[in-house]
Amino acid sequence: MPEKPKIGFYWCGSCGGCEESVVDLALDLLVVVDAVDIVFFPVGMDFKREDVEALPDGAMAACFINGCIRTSEQEEMSALLRQKSQNLIAYGACATSGGIPGLANQFTKEQILRFVYETSPSTHNEAGVRPQVASQDAGHALTIPALRDRVRALDQVVDVDYYLPGCPPTPELLKNAVLALLNGQLPEKGSVLAPDVALCDQCRRKDTKPTELKYTEFIRPHLVKADPNTCFLAQGIVCMGPSTRSGCGALCIEGNMPCSGCFGATSRVRDQGAKMLSTLAASVTADNRDDAERILAGIPDPVGTFYRYSLPHSLLRGSTANLPKSTRNGGSRP
Amino acid sequence: MQDDTVIPVPRTEAVQAGVGGWEPKIVAFFCNWCTYTAADLAGVSRLRYAPNVRVIRVMCSGRVDPQFVLDAFAKGAVGVLIGGCHPGDCHYIEGNYKALRRVTFLHRLLESLGIEKERLRLEWISASEGDRVRTAVNEITETVRQLGPLDIRSRNAALDREVEARVHAHGEEAILHA
Repeated sequence: MPEKPKIGFYWCGSCGGCEESVVDLALDLLVVVDAVDIVFFPVGMDFKREDVEALPDGAMAACFINGCIRTSEQEEMSALLRQKSQNLIAYGACATSGGIPGLANQFTKEQILRFVYETSPSTHNEAGVRPQVASQDAGHALTIPALRDRVRALDQVVDVDYYLPGCPPTPELLKNAVLALLNGQLPEKGSVLAPDVALCDQCRRKDTKPTELKYTEFIRPHLVKADPNTCFLAQGIVCMGPSTRSGCGALCIEGNMPCSGCFGATSRVRDQGAKMLSTLAASVTADNRDDAERILAGIPDPVGTFYRYSLPHSLLRGSTANLPKSTRNGGSRP
Repeated sequence: MQDDTVIPVPRTEAVQAGVGGWEPKIVAFFCNWCTYTAADLAGVSRLRYAPNVRVIRVMCSGRVDPQFVLDAFAKGAVGVLIGGCHPGDCHYIEGNYKALRRVTFLHRLLESLGIEKERLRLEWISASEGDRVRTAVNEITETVRQLGPLDIRSRNAALDREVEARVHAHGEEAILHA
Protein backbone atom coordinates (compact mmCIF):
# COMPACT_ATOMS: atom_id res chain seq x y z
CA MET A 1 0.00 0.00 0.00
CA PRO A 2 1.45 3.37 -0.96
CA GLU A 3 2.33 5.77 1.81
CA LYS A 4 -0.43 8.19 2.76
CA PRO A 5 0.17 11.88 2.05
CA LYS A 6 1.45 13.77 5.07
CA ILE A 7 -0.28 16.92 6.23
CA GLY A 8 0.27 19.34 9.08
CA PHE A 9 -1.64 21.98 10.98
CA TYR A 10 0.02 24.85 12.79
CA TRP A 11 -1.10 27.95 14.63
CA CYS A 12 0.66 31.28 14.75
CA GLY A 13 -1.04 34.38 16.23
CA SER A 14 -4.45 32.82 16.56
CA CYS A 15 -7.32 32.26 18.97
CA GLY A 16 -7.72 28.53 18.45
CA GLY A 17 -10.94 28.86 16.51
CA CYS A 18 -9.29 27.54 13.38
CA GLU A 19 -8.18 24.35 15.17
CA GLU A 20 -11.73 24.09 16.42
CA SER A 21 -12.93 24.11 12.84
CA VAL A 22 -10.67 21.13 12.10
CA VAL A 23 -12.28 19.23 14.95
CA ASP A 24 -15.66 20.40 13.66
CA LEU A 25 -15.15 18.12 10.69
CA ALA A 26 -16.84 15.67 13.09
CA LEU A 27 -17.34 12.35 11.33
CA ASP A 28 -15.63 13.69 8.23
CA LEU A 29 -12.50 13.96 10.35
CA LEU A 30 -12.35 10.17 10.24
CA VAL A 31 -12.44 10.30 6.44
CA VAL A 32 -9.61 12.82 6.43
CA VAL A 33 -7.55 10.96 9.04
CA ASP A 34 -8.04 7.75 7.10
CA ALA A 35 -6.70 9.26 3.92
CA VAL A 36 -3.74 11.22 5.27
CA ASP A 37 -1.02 11.08 7.89
CA ILE A 38 -1.14 14.03 10.24
CA VAL A 39 2.51 14.62 11.07
CA PHE A 40 2.24 17.95 12.90
CA PHE A 41 -0.69 19.36 14.87
CA PRO A 42 0.58 20.88 18.13
CA VAL A 43 -2.90 21.69 19.42
CA GLY A 44 -4.32 18.23 18.94
CA MET A 45 -1.42 15.80 19.03
CA ASP A 46 2.00 15.52 20.62
CA PHE A 47 4.49 16.69 18.03
CA LYS A 48 7.51 18.89 18.58
CA ARG A 49 9.42 21.24 16.40
CA GLU A 50 12.21 18.68 16.23
CA ASP A 51 9.81 16.25 14.56
CA VAL A 52 9.24 18.75 11.77
CA GLU A 53 12.92 19.56 11.47
CA ALA A 54 13.63 15.84 11.05
CA LEU A 55 11.35 15.63 8.00
CA PRO A 56 12.95 15.87 4.55
CA ASP A 57 12.20 19.07 2.62
CA GLY A 58 8.80 18.95 0.93
CA ALA A 59 7.80 15.90 2.95
CA MET A 60 4.34 17.23 3.73
CA ALA A 61 1.84 17.30 0.88
CA ALA A 62 0.25 20.29 2.58
CA CYS A 63 0.51 22.31 5.74
CA PHE A 64 -2.38 24.47 6.96
CA ILE A 65 -1.13 27.47 8.92
CA ASN A 66 -3.57 29.68 10.79
CA GLY A 67 -3.07 32.88 12.74
CA CYS A 68 -1.30 36.14 12.00
CA ILE A 69 2.47 36.60 12.05
CA ARG A 70 3.83 39.01 14.62
CA THR A 71 6.66 37.29 16.45
CA SER A 72 10.05 36.01 15.41
CA GLU A 73 8.97 32.50 16.40
CA GLN A 74 5.96 32.63 14.08
CA GLU A 75 8.24 33.75 11.26
CA GLU A 76 10.65 30.89 11.91
CA MET A 77 7.93 28.29 12.09
CA SER A 78 6.37 29.61 8.89
CA ALA A 79 9.71 29.44 7.10
CA LEU A 80 10.38 25.95 8.45
CA LEU A 81 6.95 24.65 7.46
CA ARG A 82 7.28 26.29 4.06
CA GLN A 83 10.48 24.33 3.56
CA LYS A 84 8.88 21.05 4.58
CA SER A 85 5.62 21.40 2.60
CA GLN A 86 4.78 21.06 -1.06
CA ASN A 87 1.68 23.20 -0.52
CA LEU A 88 1.47 25.86 2.13
CA ILE A 89 -2.12 26.87 2.82
CA ALA A 90 -3.07 30.03 4.68
CA TYR A 91 -5.92 28.78 6.84
CA GLY A 92 -8.40 31.30 8.19
CA ALA A 93 -8.77 35.06 8.06
CA CYS A 94 -5.65 35.87 10.11
CA ALA A 95 -3.25 33.88 7.95
CA THR A 96 -5.04 35.01 4.79
CA SER A 97 -5.28 38.73 5.39
CA GLY A 98 -4.15 39.53 8.93
CA GLY A 99 -7.44 39.00 10.71
CA ILE A 100 -8.64 40.67 13.87
CA PRO A 101 -5.11 40.86 15.36
CA GLY A 102 -4.28 42.92 12.27
CA LEU A 103 -6.27 45.81 13.72
CA ALA A 104 -3.22 46.32 15.94
CA ASN A 105 -1.60 47.92 12.89
CA GLN A 106 -3.52 51.07 13.80
CA PHE A 107 -1.10 51.51 16.69
CA THR A 108 2.62 51.45 17.28
CA LYS A 109 4.23 48.61 19.19
CA GLU A 110 5.14 51.13 21.90
CA GLN A 111 1.49 52.22 22.30
CA ILE A 112 0.40 48.61 22.62
CA LEU A 113 3.11 47.64 25.12
CA ARG A 114 2.49 50.74 27.21
CA PHE A 115 -1.23 50.05 27.40
CA VAL A 116 -0.95 46.35 28.11
CA TYR A 117 1.90 46.54 30.64
CA GLU A 118 1.34 49.96 32.20
CA THR A 119 -1.81 51.97 31.67
CA SER A 120 -4.68 49.54 31.18
CA PRO A 121 -7.12 49.74 34.13
CA SER A 122 -6.53 46.14 35.16
CA THR A 123 -2.73 46.35 35.14
CA HIS A 124 -0.70 46.62 38.34
CA ASN A 125 2.94 46.89 37.35
CA GLU A 126 4.62 49.65 39.35
CA ALA A 127 8.09 48.70 38.24
CA GLY A 128 6.96 48.98 34.61
CA VAL A 129 8.34 45.54 33.78
CA ARG A 130 8.07 44.62 30.14
CA PRO A 131 8.86 41.36 28.37
CA GLN A 132 12.49 41.05 27.29
CA VAL A 133 13.74 38.85 24.49
CA ALA A 134 16.54 37.62 26.75
CA SER A 135 16.55 37.66 30.53
CA GLN A 136 18.04 35.90 33.55
CA ASP A 137 16.06 34.12 36.23
CA ALA A 138 17.70 32.28 39.09
CA GLY A 139 20.83 31.79 37.08
CA HIS A 140 18.98 30.56 34.00
CA ALA A 141 19.18 32.40 30.71
CA LEU A 142 15.65 32.69 29.32
CA THR A 143 14.55 33.78 25.87
CA ILE A 144 11.17 34.55 24.40
CA PRO A 145 10.31 35.43 20.78
CA ALA A 146 10.70 39.03 19.68
CA LEU A 147 7.56 41.07 19.02
CA ARG A 148 7.60 42.70 15.60
CA ASP A 149 6.53 46.24 14.81
CA ARG A 150 3.54 45.09 12.85
CA VAL A 151 1.08 42.29 12.22
CA ARG A 152 1.43 40.43 8.93
CA ALA A 153 -0.53 37.92 6.94
CA LEU A 154 1.25 34.65 6.17
CA ASP A 155 1.99 35.60 2.55
CA GLN A 156 3.74 38.76 3.73
CA VAL A 157 6.34 36.53 5.36
CA VAL A 158 6.60 33.37 3.24
CA ASP A 159 5.35 32.16 -0.13
CA VAL A 160 1.77 30.84 0.10
CA ASP A 161 0.13 28.41 -2.35
CA TYR A 162 -3.56 28.57 -1.37
CA TYR A 163 -5.90 30.50 0.86
CA LEU A 164 -8.79 29.17 2.89
CA PRO A 165 -10.45 32.26 4.35
CA GLY A 166 -12.95 32.61 7.16
CA CYS A 167 -13.06 33.18 10.88
CA PRO A 168 -12.87 30.26 11.02
CA PRO A 169 -13.16 28.51 7.64
CA THR A 170 -16.08 26.14 7.53
CA PRO A 171 -15.34 22.41 7.92
CA GLU A 172 -16.92 21.92 4.50
CA LEU A 173 -14.26 24.10 2.85
CA LEU A 174 -11.49 22.28 4.69
CA LYS A 175 -12.87 18.91 3.63
CA ASN A 176 -13.11 20.09 0.01
CA ALA A 177 -9.54 21.36 0.14
CA VAL A 178 -8.19 18.10 1.50
CA LEU A 179 -10.16 16.11 -1.08
CA ALA A 180 -8.90 18.35 -3.89
CA LEU A 181 -5.38 17.79 -2.60
CA LEU A 182 -5.83 14.02 -2.49
CA ASN A 183 -7.35 13.90 -5.95
CA GLY A 184 -4.74 16.20 -7.43
CA GLN A 185 -7.47 18.71 -8.32
CA LEU A 186 -6.06 21.80 -6.66
CA PRO A 187 -6.60 24.92 -8.78
CA GLU A 188 -3.96 27.36 -9.95
CA LYS A 189 -1.43 28.43 -7.32
CA GLY A 190 -2.55 31.51 -5.39
CA SER A 191 -6.23 30.58 -5.56
CA VAL A 192 -8.65 31.17 -2.75
CA LEU A 193 -10.40 27.88 -2.05
CA ALA A 194 -13.87 29.41 -1.78
CA PRO A 195 -16.44 30.61 -4.33
CA ASP A 196 -15.55 33.85 -6.11
CA VAL A 197 -18.88 35.62 -5.72
CA ALA A 198 -20.14 38.01 -3.07
CA LEU A 199 -21.92 36.68 -0.02
CA CYS A 200 -25.18 38.40 -1.07
CA ASP A 201 -25.34 35.81 -3.82
CA GLN A 202 -25.70 33.02 -1.24
CA CYS A 203 -27.85 34.97 1.18
CA ARG A 204 -31.35 33.74 1.89
CA ARG A 205 -32.48 37.36 2.26
CA LYS A 206 -31.26 38.36 -1.19
CA ASP A 207 -34.76 38.92 -2.56
CA THR A 208 -35.48 41.57 0.07
CA LYS A 209 -32.47 43.67 -0.95
CA PRO A 210 -33.80 46.65 -2.88
CA THR A 211 -32.25 47.43 -6.27
CA GLU A 212 -31.42 50.86 -4.99
CA LEU A 213 -30.53 51.15 -1.32
CA LYS A 214 -31.06 54.51 0.35
CA TYR A 215 -29.56 55.08 3.77
CA THR A 216 -31.05 57.82 5.91
CA GLU A 217 -29.32 56.47 9.01
CA PHE A 218 -27.14 53.59 10.11
CA ILE A 219 -28.26 51.48 13.04
CA ARG A 220 -25.77 49.43 15.03
CA PRO A 221 -26.86 45.82 15.43
CA HIS A 222 -26.94 45.83 19.23
CA LEU A 223 -29.39 48.72 19.33
CA VAL A 224 -32.23 47.07 17.47
CA LYS A 225 -33.97 43.74 17.10
CA ALA A 226 -33.35 43.08 13.45
CA ASP A 227 -36.05 41.60 11.30
CA PRO A 228 -34.89 38.01 10.64
CA ASN A 229 -36.12 37.91 7.06
CA THR A 230 -35.15 41.28 5.58
CA CYS A 231 -31.78 42.26 4.09
CA PHE A 232 -29.70 43.95 6.81
CA LEU A 233 -28.73 46.78 4.50
CA ALA A 234 -32.40 47.47 3.81
CA GLN A 235 -32.76 47.83 7.59
CA GLY A 236 -29.90 50.32 7.77
CA ILE A 237 -27.58 47.84 9.49
CA VAL A 238 -24.06 47.62 8.08
CA CYS A 239 -23.61 44.17 6.54
CA MET A 240 -20.35 43.42 4.76
CA GLY A 241 -22.04 40.96 2.40
CA PRO A 242 -21.66 43.01 -0.80
CA SER A 243 -17.86 43.23 -0.48
CA THR A 244 -17.25 39.82 1.06
CA ARG A 245 -16.59 36.49 -0.62
CA SER A 246 -19.15 33.76 -0.13
CA GLY A 247 -18.41 30.23 1.04
CA CYS A 248 -19.65 30.32 4.61
CA GLY A 249 -23.27 29.64 3.72
CA ALA A 250 -24.26 32.97 5.30
CA LEU A 251 -23.92 31.53 8.81
CA CYS A 252 -24.01 34.84 10.64
CA ILE A 253 -27.05 35.97 8.69
CA GLU A 254 -28.79 32.75 9.74
CA GLY A 255 -28.01 33.74 13.31
CA ASN A 256 -29.58 37.14 12.58
CA MET A 257 -26.27 38.97 12.71
CA PRO A 258 -24.90 40.95 9.76
CA CYS A 259 -21.81 39.77 7.90
CA SER A 260 -18.60 41.21 9.35
CA GLY A 261 -16.47 40.32 6.35
CA CYS A 262 -14.25 37.43 7.50
CA PHE A 263 -13.99 35.76 4.08
CA GLY A 264 -12.25 38.79 2.59
CA ALA A 265 -12.98 40.25 -0.81
CA THR A 266 -13.59 38.53 -4.12
CA SER A 267 -10.81 38.43 -6.71
CA ARG A 268 -12.09 41.62 -8.39
CA VAL A 269 -11.58 43.73 -5.31
CA ARG A 270 -8.16 44.78 -4.05
CA ASP A 271 -9.20 46.52 -0.84
CA GLN A 272 -12.26 45.14 0.90
CA GLY A 273 -12.70 48.07 3.27
CA ALA A 274 -12.46 50.78 0.63
CA LYS A 275 -14.98 48.93 -1.52
CA MET A 276 -17.44 48.65 1.33
CA LEU A 277 -16.97 52.30 2.23
CA SER A 278 -17.62 53.08 -1.41
CA THR A 279 -20.88 51.21 -1.72
CA LEU A 280 -22.28 52.43 1.59
CA ALA A 281 -21.34 56.07 1.07
CA ALA A 282 -22.71 56.08 -2.47
CA SER A 283 -26.17 55.12 -1.25
CA VAL A 284 -26.44 57.63 1.58
CA THR A 285 -29.30 60.05 0.97
CA ALA A 286 -27.36 63.28 1.40
CA ASP A 287 -26.58 65.94 -1.16
CA ASN A 288 -24.33 68.03 1.07
CA ARG A 289 -21.37 67.42 3.32
CA ASP A 290 -23.15 68.15 6.61
CA ASP A 291 -25.94 65.65 6.00
CA ALA A 292 -23.46 63.07 4.74
CA GLU A 293 -21.36 63.51 7.87
CA ARG A 294 -24.39 63.22 10.14
CA ILE A 295 -25.59 60.00 8.53
CA LEU A 296 -22.12 58.47 8.25
CA ALA A 297 -21.51 59.23 11.94
CA GLY A 298 -23.73 56.17 12.48
CA ILE A 299 -20.62 54.15 11.61
CA PRO A 300 -18.34 55.30 14.43
CA ASP A 301 -15.35 53.08 13.66
CA PRO A 302 -14.78 52.78 9.90
CA VAL A 303 -11.45 50.94 10.24
CA GLY A 304 -12.80 48.39 12.69
CA THR A 305 -15.95 47.93 10.65
CA PHE A 306 -14.57 47.71 7.11
CA TYR A 307 -11.13 46.27 7.79
CA ARG A 308 -12.01 43.99 10.67
CA TYR A 309 -10.13 41.07 9.13
CA SER A 310 -8.02 42.64 6.42
CA LEU A 311 -6.05 45.68 7.63
CA PRO A 312 -2.55 44.16 7.11
CA HIS A 313 -3.56 43.20 3.57
CA SER A 314 -5.23 46.51 2.74
CA LEU A 315 -3.65 49.05 0.42
CA LEU A 316 -2.25 51.11 3.30
CA ARG A 317 -1.55 48.07 5.57
CA GLY A 318 -2.26 50.06 8.71
CA SER A 319 -1.86 53.51 10.14
CA THR A 320 1.07 55.64 9.05
CA ALA A 321 1.63 56.07 12.80
CA ASN A 322 2.78 52.46 12.71
CA LEU A 323 5.55 53.19 10.19
CA PRO A 324 9.11 54.30 10.81
CA LYS A 325 9.75 58.00 10.27
CA SER A 326 10.26 59.17 6.74
CA THR A 327 13.93 59.45 5.92
CA ARG A 328 13.34 61.59 2.88
CA ASN A 329 15.45 64.68 2.73
CA GLY A 330 16.23 64.90 -0.94
CA GLY A 331 14.30 65.67 -4.03
CA SER A 332 12.27 63.52 -6.27
CA ARG A 333 11.30 65.93 -8.97
CA PRO A 334 7.69 66.01 -10.10
CA MET B 1 0.11 86.76 -19.76
CA GLN B 2 0.18 88.47 -16.43
CA ASP B 3 2.93 88.10 -13.91
CA ASP B 4 0.56 86.93 -11.20
CA THR B 5 -0.10 83.76 -13.14
CA VAL B 6 3.36 82.50 -12.32
CA ILE B 7 3.12 79.76 -9.75
CA PRO B 8 4.21 80.65 -6.28
CA VAL B 9 6.79 78.25 -4.91
CA PRO B 10 6.71 79.03 -1.22
CA ARG B 11 9.49 77.69 0.91
CA THR B 12 8.57 77.38 4.52
CA GLU B 13 11.24 76.89 7.12
CA ALA B 14 10.20 73.31 7.62
CA VAL B 15 10.53 72.56 3.94
CA GLN B 16 13.89 74.28 3.69
CA ALA B 17 15.24 72.61 6.79
CA GLY B 18 13.90 69.10 6.42
CA VAL B 19 13.14 68.12 2.91
CA GLY B 20 15.45 70.08 0.66
CA GLY B 21 14.51 69.69 -2.96
CA TRP B 22 11.50 67.49 -2.29
CA GLU B 23 8.51 68.15 -4.52
CA PRO B 24 5.05 66.80 -3.76
CA LYS B 25 3.40 64.39 -6.18
CA ILE B 26 -0.34 64.80 -6.48
CA VAL B 27 -2.80 62.61 -8.35
CA ALA B 28 -5.80 64.44 -9.78
CA PHE B 29 -8.95 62.65 -10.95
CA PHE B 30 -10.88 65.02 -13.22
CA CYS B 31 -14.31 64.28 -14.60
CA ASN B 32 -14.56 64.18 -18.37
CA TRP B 33 -17.46 66.59 -18.67
CA CYS B 34 -16.50 69.46 -16.40
CA THR B 35 -13.15 69.55 -14.66
CA TYR B 36 -11.08 67.88 -17.35
CA THR B 37 -12.54 70.25 -19.91
CA ALA B 38 -11.74 73.10 -17.53
CA ALA B 39 -8.15 71.83 -17.31
CA ASP B 40 -8.06 71.88 -21.11
CA LEU B 41 -9.33 75.43 -21.02
CA ALA B 42 -6.65 76.34 -18.51
CA GLY B 43 -4.17 74.89 -20.96
CA VAL B 44 -5.33 76.71 -24.05
CA SER B 45 -5.64 79.88 -21.96
CA ARG B 46 -1.98 79.36 -21.07
CA LEU B 47 -2.66 79.62 -17.38
CA ARG B 48 0.30 78.46 -15.38
CA TYR B 49 -0.11 76.26 -12.36
CA ALA B 50 2.00 73.99 -10.22
CA PRO B 51 3.47 71.08 -12.22
CA ASN B 52 2.94 68.69 -9.31
CA VAL B 53 -0.33 67.14 -10.42
CA ARG B 54 -0.74 64.09 -12.62
CA VAL B 55 -4.18 64.34 -14.12
CA ILE B 56 -6.19 61.19 -14.74
CA ARG B 57 -9.36 61.64 -16.75
CA VAL B 58 -12.36 59.68 -15.50
CA MET B 59 -15.84 59.78 -16.96
CA CYS B 60 -17.34 61.07 -13.72
CA SER B 61 -16.18 61.97 -10.21
CA GLY B 62 -18.58 59.21 -9.16
CA ARG B 63 -16.23 56.76 -10.92
CA VAL B 64 -13.47 57.52 -8.44
CA ASP B 65 -13.37 54.34 -6.40
CA PRO B 66 -12.00 54.93 -2.89
CA GLN B 67 -9.51 52.20 -3.78
CA PHE B 68 -8.00 54.60 -6.33
CA VAL B 69 -7.41 57.18 -3.62
CA LEU B 70 -5.83 54.73 -1.18
CA ASP B 71 -3.76 53.19 -3.96
CA ALA B 72 -2.47 56.63 -4.94
CA PHE B 73 -1.32 57.29 -1.38
CA ALA B 74 0.13 53.79 -1.09
CA LYS B 75 2.12 54.26 -4.30
CA GLY B 76 3.67 57.60 -3.51
CA ALA B 77 1.14 60.40 -3.91
CA VAL B 78 1.09 62.91 -1.07
CA GLY B 79 -2.17 64.45 -2.17
CA VAL B 80 -5.24 63.51 -4.19
CA LEU B 81 -7.46 66.06 -5.92
CA ILE B 82 -10.84 65.06 -7.27
CA GLY B 83 -12.64 67.44 -9.62
CA GLY B 84 -16.29 67.07 -10.59
CA CYS B 85 -19.25 69.03 -11.90
CA HIS B 86 -21.07 71.45 -9.63
CA PRO B 87 -24.00 70.01 -7.63
CA GLY B 88 -26.96 69.66 -9.95
CA ASP B 89 -24.78 69.66 -13.05
CA CYS B 90 -23.56 66.04 -13.13
CA HIS B 91 -23.73 64.53 -16.60
CA TYR B 92 -24.91 61.32 -14.91
CA ILE B 93 -27.36 63.12 -12.59
CA GLU B 94 -25.82 62.20 -9.23
CA GLY B 95 -22.27 60.91 -9.66
CA ASN B 96 -20.83 64.00 -8.04
CA TYR B 97 -23.03 63.50 -4.96
CA LYS B 98 -21.64 59.99 -4.66
CA ALA B 99 -18.14 61.44 -4.85
CA LEU B 100 -19.04 63.95 -2.13
CA ARG B 101 -20.27 61.24 0.24
CA ARG B 102 -17.32 59.00 -0.45
CA VAL B 103 -14.82 61.80 0.12
CA THR B 104 -16.63 62.79 3.32
CA PHE B 105 -16.28 59.23 4.58
CA LEU B 106 -12.76 58.82 3.24
CA HIS B 107 -11.68 61.87 5.22
CA ARG B 108 -12.61 60.05 8.40
CA LEU B 109 -10.97 56.82 7.28
CA LEU B 110 -7.75 58.60 6.29
CA GLU B 111 -7.55 60.41 9.62
CA SER B 112 -8.00 57.09 11.43
CA LEU B 113 -5.05 55.76 9.45
CA GLY B 114 -2.80 58.72 10.15
CA ILE B 115 -3.18 60.59 6.86
CA GLU B 116 -4.25 64.23 7.18
CA LYS B 117 -7.61 64.77 5.55
CA GLU B 118 -6.35 67.93 3.83
CA ARG B 119 -4.40 65.64 1.53
CA LEU B 120 -7.65 64.61 -0.14
CA ARG B 121 -9.61 67.43 -1.70
CA LEU B 122 -12.83 67.52 -3.71
CA GLU B 123 -13.55 70.54 -5.91
CA TRP B 124 -16.50 71.42 -8.10
CA ILE B 125 -15.11 72.93 -11.30
CA SER B 126 -17.29 73.49 -14.35
CA ALA B 127 -16.02 73.34 -17.93
CA SER B 128 -15.71 77.13 -18.10
CA GLU B 129 -13.70 77.52 -14.90
CA GLY B 130 -10.13 77.08 -16.08
CA ASP B 131 -9.02 79.56 -13.48
CA ARG B 132 -10.44 77.40 -10.72
CA VAL B 133 -8.30 74.48 -11.90
CA ARG B 134 -5.28 76.66 -11.44
CA THR B 135 -6.38 77.79 -7.98
CA ALA B 136 -7.30 74.29 -6.83
CA VAL B 137 -4.04 72.78 -8.06
CA ASN B 138 -1.94 75.54 -6.56
CA GLU B 139 -3.76 75.37 -3.25
CA ILE B 140 -3.50 71.60 -2.76
CA THR B 141 0.15 71.71 -3.88
CA GLU B 142 0.85 74.31 -1.23
CA THR B 143 -1.15 72.42 1.40
CA VAL B 144 0.64 69.11 0.90
CA ARG B 145 4.00 70.85 0.61
CA GLN B 146 3.41 72.17 4.12
CA LEU B 147 2.28 68.75 5.34
CA GLY B 148 5.42 67.15 3.92
CA PRO B 149 6.25 63.70 2.51
CA LEU B 150 4.26 60.54 3.27
CA ASP B 151 6.62 57.95 1.76
CA ILE B 152 4.25 55.11 2.58
CA ARG B 153 5.84 52.69 0.16
CA SER B 154 9.42 53.16 1.26
CA ARG B 155 8.45 53.28 4.93
CA ASN B 156 6.56 50.01 4.52
CA ALA B 157 9.59 48.54 2.80
CA ALA B 158 11.81 49.73 5.64
CA LEU B 159 9.51 48.09 8.17
CA ASP B 160 9.46 44.83 6.24
CA ARG B 161 13.20 44.49 6.50
CA GLU B 162 12.65 43.21 10.05
CA VAL B 163 11.11 40.09 8.50
CA GLU B 164 13.50 39.46 5.65
CA ALA B 165 16.47 39.62 7.98
CA ARG B 166 14.91 37.05 10.23
CA VAL B 167 13.71 34.53 7.71
CA HIS B 168 16.97 34.57 5.83
CA ALA B 169 18.85 34.05 9.05
CA HIS B 170 16.76 31.01 9.82
CA GLY B 171 19.74 28.80 10.59
CA GLU B 172 21.13 31.16 13.19
CA GLU B 173 17.73 31.66 14.80
CA ALA B 174 17.41 27.93 15.32
CA ILE B 175 20.60 28.05 17.39
CA LEU B 176 19.18 30.88 19.50
CA HIS B 177 16.21 28.73 20.41
CA ALA B 178 18.07 25.47 20.90
